[in-house]
Amino acid sequence: MKILVCITHVPDTTSKIQFTANNTKFDSTGVQFIIGPYDDYALARAVELRDQTGGTLTALNVGEAETEQTLRKALAIGADDAIRVNSFPKDSFFVAQQIAHFAKEGGYELILMGRESIDFNGGMVHGMVGELLGMPSFSPVMKLELEGTTVKMAREIEGGKEHLEGKLPLIAGCQEPIAEWKIPNMRGIMSARTKPLVVVEPVSQETQAEASSYQLPPAKGSVKLVDKDQVSELVRLLKNEAKVL
Amino acid sequence: MSIVVYVEQSAGKIKKTSLEAVSYGFALAAKTGEGEVIAVALGSLAADELAAIGEAGAAKVLHISDERLNAGVIQAHASAVAQAFESTGATTLILAKSSLGDAVAARLAIKLHAGLVSNVVELPRLEGGFVVKRSIYTGKAFADTTITTSKKILAIKKNAVDQKLDGTKAKVESFSATISESDFASKITATERATGEVLLPEADIVVSGGRGMKGPENWGMLVDLANTLGAATGCSKPVSDIGWRPHHEHVGQTGVKVAPTLYIAIGISGAIQHLAGVNSSKCIVVINKDPEAPFFKAADYGIVGDAFEIVPQLTAALKAAY
Repeated sequence: MKILVCITHVPDTTSKIQFTANNTKFDSTGVQFIIGPYDDYALARAVELRDQTGGTLTALNVGEAETEQTLRKALAIGADDAIRVNSFPKDSFFVAQQIAHFAKEGGYELILMGRESIDFNGGMVHGMVGELLGMPSFSPVMKLELEGTTVKMAREIEGGKEHLEGKLPLIAGCQEPIAEWKIPNMRGIMSARTKPLVVVEPVSQETQAEASSYQLPPAKGSVKLVDKDQVSELVRLLKNEAKVL
Repeated sequence: MSIVVYVEQSAGKIKKTSLEAVSYGFALAAKTGEGEVIAVALGSLAADELAAIGEAGAAKVLHISDERLNAGVIQAHASAVAQAFESTGATTLILAKSSLGDAVAARLAIKLHAGLVSNVVELPRLEGGFVVKRSIYTGKAFADTTITTSKKILAIKKNAVDQKLDGTKAKVESFSATISESDFASKITATERATGEVLLPEADIVVSGGRGMKGPENWGMLVDLANTLGAATGCSKPVSDIGWRPHHEHVGQTGVKVAPTLYIAIGISGAIQHLAGVNSSKCIVVINKDPEAPFFKAADYGIVGDAFEIVPQLTAALKAAY
């Protein structure tokens, strides 16, 4: 079976978010980039399913040259080969078109990715790819088991979860606890250097909703501390000052 | 021209977040001077419940009563909503962000060839294009996004607008959608849902506990506080990782992102990943015995002290005040 895992190249979760060029560009100074945490879950589960089915696993990223280090990390964790679609990921629709095209061309039967990227948080790409390819797509998927061509899943919903059964081909946006994150070992890191990483040009330039400028939230005022023996004062403040009760 | 709002139901009740989306649509229609709000509701719903969508601002409700749509079958919902939307000639579709709403919105964007923006936090600006402000970097920043397509879909974040309560009853019309069998091919085999509780992602007030609570057996006092406030309960990642609380209560970067009016954090130190899940809250209260806990820097109000003493006092003070 051919499995595709789509990964994002995003700032580490502890990064200080800042913008440059008159608030039109993300400031990557001093920022460490990682595989998106949700994509890391998708990748870990994809490696397990590849091993279970004896298939192949391709990692794909839509990004410029600097994202290759992130793709190499996916190869070190266990992907067999990688594709980089050579473009800045302009918006969800732009990315979905690239994934749909290369997924179709490669004949992948199972496409996994994170439930959302942690930069733009849209959580829309898997559903768009599903509709473009006429495949079912589910997110956020917290469990995914393969039995032949049947896929058994659990999807988190508000206040609980939903158990689902579908058929391949299928797309899932993943989150914990679908699998434990895998840390690359030395052998993985060595072999990643020689695994194939092909660079392809985008198949379409069409966008629909590009971000044009960025803002940081207003600075938070300092905390107002209430004495631990004056708990009713907190109630008064919440009611009369903050007006949230 | 009308604005269409896709509303979700849960066990025969229209979800509160969907009613907020209707009110967002109403405010947008007022801003653009464009017609009325048409809500699209799916599955078995009582006539009163449908008409009551009008109180949030809808003039009309298109009801697709097919009972197969009671469950959130993603592809079937997308097909049904697409047909209803096209029948109105509208160009803007609004919905509330949710596990179902997001999935349906993504498919609709392709079906309708509509530009889609998620995590929308306020009404669009209309000077020089259709510019939508969205939350990005898990609430650490905002982006102005210009939608360039003629059709537009906005998935709005909780509390983007206040819910309107004083509208009049909506006119309800039935709408018949043609949904192919293949849209029902993936089956929902079982649903596990906490019952009788306020759902965390939709709650106006959230009471969350961390490792400072020392064990699952101590959660009773948080539940008492939550019940007194009509709040949902949440927890930090370590608490859900150890299994003290279920995963769907985990608030943070990789868990549920909440945007309540009031967030009360008890015994949570405030790791940056936790803050990412709560930074859209209007007001944050932190109770922690460690005065150096980083959460105090992100809080509006705080009490330094032992949660085991303070929480019962807080519950009692709230009961006395109401």
